[in-house]
Amino acid sequence: MKFKFLLPLVIFVVMAGFLWKGLSLNPNDVPSPLVGKPAPQFELSQLHQAEQAVSRDSNLGKVWLLNVWASWCVSCRQEHPVFMQLSRMGEVPIYGLNYKDEREDAIKWLKDFGNPYTISAHDYKGRVGVDYGVYGVPETYVIDKQGVIRHKHTGPVSAQALRETILPLVRELKKG
Amino acid sequence: MKKFMLLALLCLSLPLSYQVQAKEAEYTTGAPEIHGRVMGVSEELRCLVCQGQSLSDSNSEFAVDMRAQIQEMMEGGMSDRQVVDFMVERYGDYVRYRPPFKASTVLLWFGPFILLGVGVAVLYTNVLRRRKQIDETPLTEEQHRRAAELLKQYSGENKA
Repeated sequence: MKFKFLLPLVIFVVMAGFLWKGLSLNPNDVPSPLVGKPAPQFELSQLHQAEQAVSRDSNLGKVWLLNVWASWCVSCRQEHPVFMQLSRMGEVPIYGLNYKDEREDAIKWLKDFGNPYTISAHDYKGRVGVDYGVYGVPETYVIDKQGVIRHKHTGPVSAQALRETILPLVRELKKG
Repeated sequence: MKKFMLLALLCLSLPLSYQVQAKEAEYTTGAPEIHGRVMGVSEELRCLVCQGQSLSDSNSEFAVDMRAQIQEMMEGGMSDRQVVDFMVERYGDYVRYRPPFKASTVLLWFGPFILLGVGVAVLYTNVLRRRKQIDETPLTEEQHRRAAELLKQYSGENKA
């Protein structure tokens, strides 16, 4: 036991390692069990044309993004420019899931800040949101041609997350 | 006088605590037996926006909506078990306050016991070693003599 005096140091290093790892974990990042599973079915009325429906299956065969947003959601304002830019690039269709929102408020919000969405579905009661495991808005899903969820981003999408995670994945899925 | 003041204070605070209770009871709108089941299940489920609290503890909008949905599902005939499964399917095992036992949670379940075992082992070896040290150093003749002397001396002083 010649190196016994090193024991406290070893314990310190191990604990520091755990704590360091803990610092970089985001407690709000709940791993979604839906990644790798088919996106839940939904059939909702469109935000702008209430009499028309939009469903999951209308996007089969395409890679698409589903962005959960609401006019009352502050961080949605934060990510909004990122989606505006993405929609101008035209690389992938963005569908909005307008979550627990008044129709007029939502339409006004899009009019004021710009509308990056191909179509927004109006989930007034938030039930489709529950099916998708939404617990904080905004959330963004990448869905492939077979309608399978390939990625979930919780919280506002930053330009960096778009560039480094979402777009590369979209490009890869489009090839497949 | 002091006692009277205290009593008065207590009486004043009574209606306050009543109000608090009344507020907590507004949790669900269902029939009593459904209410009981909703609260039972929501105690087992984590409120994801206020992590550290269960769905039954929280009055956040998320928790209120979730309880409303749980109630609706129960009124639609789902069992408690089915409701929990429904939530796990969408939000993962993380929503359960009692995580299921599987490979990824073995450490979670057994970690504390392993630590306890390590602690007991360390304590045991330490005690053993100390006992050995005591055995190995018996008193010498000289030390015995001095001890006896000291004892005699002090007992003599006490008597005086």
